[in-house]
Amino acid sequence: MSARVGVVTFPGSLDDGDAVRAVRLAGAEAVRLWHAEPRLHQVDAVILPGGFSYGDYLRCGAIARFAPVMELITMAARDGLPVLGICNGFQILCEAHLLPGALTRNQHLHFRNRDQRVRIESATTAWTNAYDEGQELLLPVKNGEGCYVADRATLDELEAEGRIVARYTGGNPNGSQRDIAAIRNEAGNVVGIMPHPEHAVAELTGPSTDGLGFFTSLLKHLTGVAR
Amino acid sequence: MARVVVDVMLKPEILDPQGQAVANALPRLGVTGVTSVRIGRRVEIEFDTAAGDEAVAERAREIADKLLANPVIEEYAIRVESPYSEVST
Repeated sequence: MSARVGVVTFPGSLDDGDAVRAVRLAGAEAVRLWHAEPRLHQVDAVILPGGFSYGDYLRCGAIARFAPVMELITMAARDGLPVLGICNGFQILCEAHLLPGALTRNQHLHFRNRDQRVRIESATTAWTNAYDEGQELLLPVKNGEGCYVADRATLDELEAEGRIVARYTGGNPNGSQRDIAAIRNEAGNVVGIMPHPEHAVAELTGPSTDGLGFFTSLLKHLTGVAR
Repeated sequence: MARVVVDVMLKPEILDPQGQAVANALPRLGVTGVTSVRIGRRVEIEFDTAAGDEAVAERAREIADKLLANPVIEEYAIRVESPYSEVST
């Protein structure tokens, strides 16, 4: 039986369709989850996709955090459910306190949309075990509020514990502290990333197929092959 | 009825690029001598209640803590504007 991966749709989600497609290309079954429905349908993992949930009102991710489905995801994530938050999903994970820090307005104030090099720094998570540490990926980045901030103690802790999952290389697109593009929680089951691996899974539609590894990593993790 | 005003501001140590952009535009208006501009958010909450100022302030504080402000990057101040008093908390 193939793994079941839930993809949440909030009002204003944009990239749920591409996330579903990436899950299928990796060989898993995608299960659509609706923000207002407090049911996880026995999924083995969850993806919070990019977009502008609830219109980005108040702060990005601030209202999505209180969606009925998010309460279940937050509890399950604390019990080890693999969760990947991409872009707006990363913002939601920070607002839900599943990841530390916050994502703020890009320092230069411009929405940045380009293909971006990132370097994998932690290949032990549920979502990055198919990569090698130091491996460089080319992924689309597209955000207006992607500048990662946290206090110095939190940043030092993330560095010391190897919880920075990916950093920007070849130019920081948003002013993110310490060039942070992705981080993980202590257990490594929850990862937030600002660039979009789900847009880089097929030659026809992406700048590379480098993003597919996030989704195949999950399958390795679920089958116990990883680590 | 009681009205509570919540002012949410970025913490001083957090860069405010919007404020900077406004500050940088001021010389074009011919305004000089401005050293800093910081932009925040004012939220007005009206309670349909006969409860006292302290009680509504407490409820507003809960709303601010959980939703209106992100404690990682923001701080907030609450004041009650009821017809009978001008209590600041």
